[in-house]
Amino acid sequence: MKAEDYQNLSEKTAPKSPIMKDIILAFLIGGTICTVGQVLYSVYYDLLKFNVTDSKTYVSITLIFLSALLTGTGVYDKIAKYGGAGTLVPITGFANAMVSPALEFKTEGYVLGLGTKIFAIAGPVIVYGTTASVIYGIIYYIITKFI
Amino acid sequence: MDYIKAFIIGGLFCAVGQIFIDKTKLTPAKILVGYVVSGVILSAVGLYKPLAEFAGAGATVPLTGFGHTLAMSVKEAVDQHGLLGAFTGGLSGTAGGITAAIVFGTAVALIFRSHKK
Repeated sequence: MKAEDYQNLSEKTAPKSPIMKDIILAFLIGGTICTVGQVLYSVYYDLLKFNVTDSKTYVSITLIFLSALLTGTGVYDKIAKYGGAGTLVPITGFANAMVSPALEFKTEGYVLGLGTKIFAIAGPVIVYGTTASVIYGIIYYIITKFI
Repeated sequence: MDYIKAFIIGGLFCAVGQIFIDKTKLTPAKILVGYVVSGVILSAVGLYKPLAEFAGAGATVPLTGFGHTLAMSVKEAVDQHGLLGAFTGGLSGTAGGITAAIVFGTAVALIFRSHKK
């Protein structure tokens, strides 16, 4: 087989670019997690008749619980191998980012291992999220009060 | 229909995240911080609320939704309590999720063993 033939063949049989595959998988798995969230919302809002805010909070709590459990059993990390950002971006990824290092560093002690590492990724998220919200709150206060 | 909207919009948020992972050197922590802060900013300028009304869980489950909850809770608290609300609103509105993550996270970390070798 000539080099050109080989190149043609490999171009034909090669899978689509890995990045495209990653993006599609992230879309499918992330979309599925959000759909589970929507199903849970229906259960809390339509079936159990909680109000909108409470239903949303219950959805978050349920997803976080499921994610923590799936992380503990090692299932979440297996899905994450394929899901990439699809398992990172949803709130389940936030929970996974807390449980996973807490589990891993438990051997370094319950206070400085588990207690510290549980915030390895969640810490920065809460720090910058809260700070941004306070800045918004102050700007909103000034606008509504004085302008 | 609500399920399809949640699937597509939620999926798109994740697809964008995947582009950040593949095309930039951003770590997962930085991506999540970016999503939360973006959620706060998009809510502050009034863009995220209509999206959340359209896509439901597709907009509230991605971490931008966490930022959206922070911003909306702050706004509500400022309306009720003035400047104090800027300090109390965010964490009050997200307390359920944060507490759940801490408590379930700790419980799971205590009960299970690490699978990472």
